[in-house]
Amino acid sequence: MSLLEVSNTTMQFGGLKCVNDLTFRMEENELVGLIGPNGAGKTTVFNLVTGVYRQTAGTIRFRGKSVTGHRPYKITGRGIARTFQNIRLFGSLSVFDNVRTACNMHLRHGISHALFRGRGFHAEEQEIENSVMELLEIFGLSELRDRPGNSLPYGDQRRLEIVRALATRPKLLLLDEPAAGMNSSEKARLMQLIRFTKDKFRLSILLVEHDMKVVMGICERIIVLDYGSKIAEGLPEEIRHNPQVIAAYLGKEAA
Amino acid sequence: MKKPKTLLLIAIALCAAASFFTGGINPYYYDILITIGINIILAVSLNLVTGYTGQFSLGHAGFMAVGAYSSAWMTLTFGFVLGTSLPATGGVYLIALFGGGLAAAAAGLLVGVPSLRLRGDYLAIVTLGFSEIIKGVIQNAEPLGAQRGLGGMVQHTNFFWTYAVVALAIYGILTLVHSTYGSGFLAVRDDEIAAEAMGINTTKYKVLAFVIGAFLAGVAGGLYAHFKQFIHPEGFNFLKSVDIVVMVILGGMGSTAGVCLAAVILTILPEFLRTVSDYTWLPGPVRDLAENRMILYSLLLIILMLTRPQGLFGKMAFIRGKKS
Amino acid sequence: MIEFLQQLINGLSQGAIYALIALGYTMVFGVLRFINFAHGDIYMLGAFAGFYTAPKLLSLTGGGPSYGGAALVLVAAMALCAAAGVIIERLCYRPLRAQPRLTVLIAAIGVSLFLENGGQFFFGADPQAFPEIIADSAIELPASWGEFASLTLTIGQLIVIGSTIVLLAALRTIVKYTRTGMAMRALSLNPLAASLMGVNTDAVISFTFAIGSALAGAAGILTSIQQPSIDPLMGINAGLKAFVAAVLGGIGNIPGAALGGVIIGVLEALVVGYINPTYRDPLVFAVLILVLLFKPSGLLGKAEREKV
Repeated sequence: MSLLEVSNTTMQFGGLKCVNDLTFRMEENELVGLIGPNGAGKTTVFNLVTGVYRQTAGTIRFRGKSVTGHRPYKITGRGIARTFQNIRLFGSLSVFDNVRTACNMHLRHGISHALFRGRGFHAEEQEIENSVMELLEIFGLSELRDRPGNSLPYGDQRRLEIVRALATRPKLLLLDEPAAGMNSSEKARLMQLIRFTKDKFRLSILLVEHDMKVVMGICERIIVLDYGSKIAEGLPEEIRHNPQVIAAYLGKEAA
Repeated sequence: MKKPKTLLLIAIALCAAASFFTGGINPYYYDILITIGINIILAVSLNLVTGYTGQFSLGHAGFMAVGAYSSAWMTLTFGFVLGTSLPATGGVYLIALFGGGLAAAAAGLLVGVPSLRLRGDYLAIVTLGFSEIIKGVIQNAEPLGAQRGLGGMVQHTNFFWTYAVVALAIYGILTLVHSTYGSGFLAVRDDEIAAEAMGINTTKYKVLAFVIGAFLAGVAGGLYAHFKQFIHPEGFNFLKSVDIVVMVILGGMGSTAGVCLAAVILTILPEFLRTVSDYTWLPGPVRDLAENRMILYSLLLIILMLTRPQGLFGKMAFIRGKKS
Repeated sequence: MIEFLQQLINGLSQGAIYALIALGYTMVFGVLRFINFAHGDIYMLGAFAGFYTAPKLLSLTGGGPSYGGAALVLVAAMALCAAAGVIIERLCYRPLRAQPRLTVLIAAIGVSLFLENGGQFFFGADPQAFPEIIADSAIELPASWGEFASLTLTIGQLIVIGSTIVLLAALRTIVKYTRTGMAMRALSLNPLAASLMGVNTDAVISFTFAIGSALAGAAGILTSIQQPSIDPLMGINAGLKAFVAAVLGGIGNIPGAALGGVIIGVLEALVVGYINPTYRDPLVFAVLILVLLFKPSGLLGKAEREKV
């Protein structure tokens, strides 16, 4: 059983097929890149897997069970977390609260606990605080814990989004263009960070990224989309020399 | 807020102590004092819906009406079943307050459901529509006095009960939004899609905000009904809802302290303007204008929005942001 | 059947008024994404503009009620309301354009309260009798129409419906075929792109307010022909209904506002005629809520999908 199985999935908006009969799998503890020219349907794949959109045809299974028709929060609860292409932090909340919010789903107690504040409440809040601080520590954000999310520099915001996603304790992490807007030294640090995250938290990562250096540098396997269809899949070396991929990126003449 | 429960108990004890001294107060000031308390409850409860959860509601007076009418109906119908002594009728009153809150909460559940499909201006108009429907139903309900209004309630509401509810409302809302559980409200406000992606059931939180907000507004309505001893459907119209919204916005959306202050100021201000017209040394036109205090109130509202759009106390977020 | 037709006629003439006011809501929402809460009070201003100018203007055309005089009054009220709308936008809304929409909304509520209470202060709080600018009377229907001859149709109703159709056609021409109209549409699709393409955003927004307010002013005059009792609070209920009409039709959508106005007007007339006048407002809102639940963007509105 694969971790994620996307089978013959199609997403159609009106007459436009953003994703067309797509099939791919991901295994546990794997780092896969999803690339393709602008508008190839990469983000749409993320939105399908996380339940933001519902596919018009095909099935998506996570750990053997279909995720079709489930609300995004349920899918997150089953172990898929994501970041967003155009960062979506909780802007007015502090760095700490941004991450704490993602622990909400793991609470063992309900509203009465939050109101009446028995002994269990404080123990649980302390536990959450510890785990949030541990995560912030690992990613070097603990100094910024009280700063509002939208006041952080761009790179820190991207990192905070990853931390927040990790706080949901996912089995599969979807990263949508994490290197966008970074300079080359920031990108190098990001690559380290992604590799480290995968090993430390023992999870699989599906990475959408435009920067070929980043993708080729860390991905174990790469899937290439063009106009919603998969045109190639393989090891970075194979993808680099695949004539179809080159054609998709540079136009037919170049191939 | 290390020990919120202790603070709550102290606050309620203070209310009890203070209520010993309210007996001699001039009835006019006493009326203002109780109105302030009721407005604080209304404002902080709407603040949970609009300020903390980001759901714009223009129908808060409707929930207040549900609470006022159902609690008044309960005390009028069952007021003396436990006997005629004060503890007996007072007990019925407290049960009726709670019952009024529950009835309003049920209405809040009804209104919360459209919030799942609608947002922003559309949600605002639907909440407004619901409160108009509630008003219309009351206007046609003979047992509730229809268009004549409903009177004859015993004046049970006093300083203690009003401010004990104020303390409970503030406690409840602050403890909630400062817990991990309650961070879901804030997440929904800041970014609904990101909140879903973080495993937060946004549906549950939006409906919950409406239900809790409506419950508190309903209790405020019950307090109001048993203070004024007469309620009328027009007392819960669109303008009342707007009043509450203005308190929340002037208070700086999502700052409970600011919203409380705004409720106090906006209750006192019209009364203050009323006294201005009594100063005979002021030139006639000024007094005329003060007489028509709603003109000044509206001008003030416009000027405040133009000069301090973040609300009067927008930057005074000393209660928010820190962990509890 | 006759009864139903009669309610339909009554509803149409009221619906035409709602439609004219609803257009202002919808046009402003289209370019600014904001509910101009004071718009209903502009309609009230229109009625009072007519109230004060009519005696002078009617004396220009001979003194008594006449079509020429009525047209002058209509134009004067439209011009005054357009000016009021532009001034309000310039003073109260433009400085807040970069602020959250809620802030502008509260400012608009402030403007609305100011116009209502200022109106009571300056015009007097009691209802006033609007001067007769057109000799309104029921039209004799030919007896050959059989039972349909018993329908009541007044000159006022015909004028209201007719003027509304003319104004709607004029608006459509402006929006579809003029440069300013094109700029308005561009602004409603993408304000940033429109300003980058050289659209003078401020001028277009002023123009939108002018047109919307002029239409509300026209509604104020047209309504006073039928119901010649005006007061400073008359804009609250009409404004609310027109706003409901705009939302029902799909706010931001011009044909939607007209459709919504007619639907609300007819619905009200039917409730009053067949059920009970006290159920009029609740049922109007109930219909609105039901429509929005099944079609969240209104009858003719397009759903906007948030990009993730």
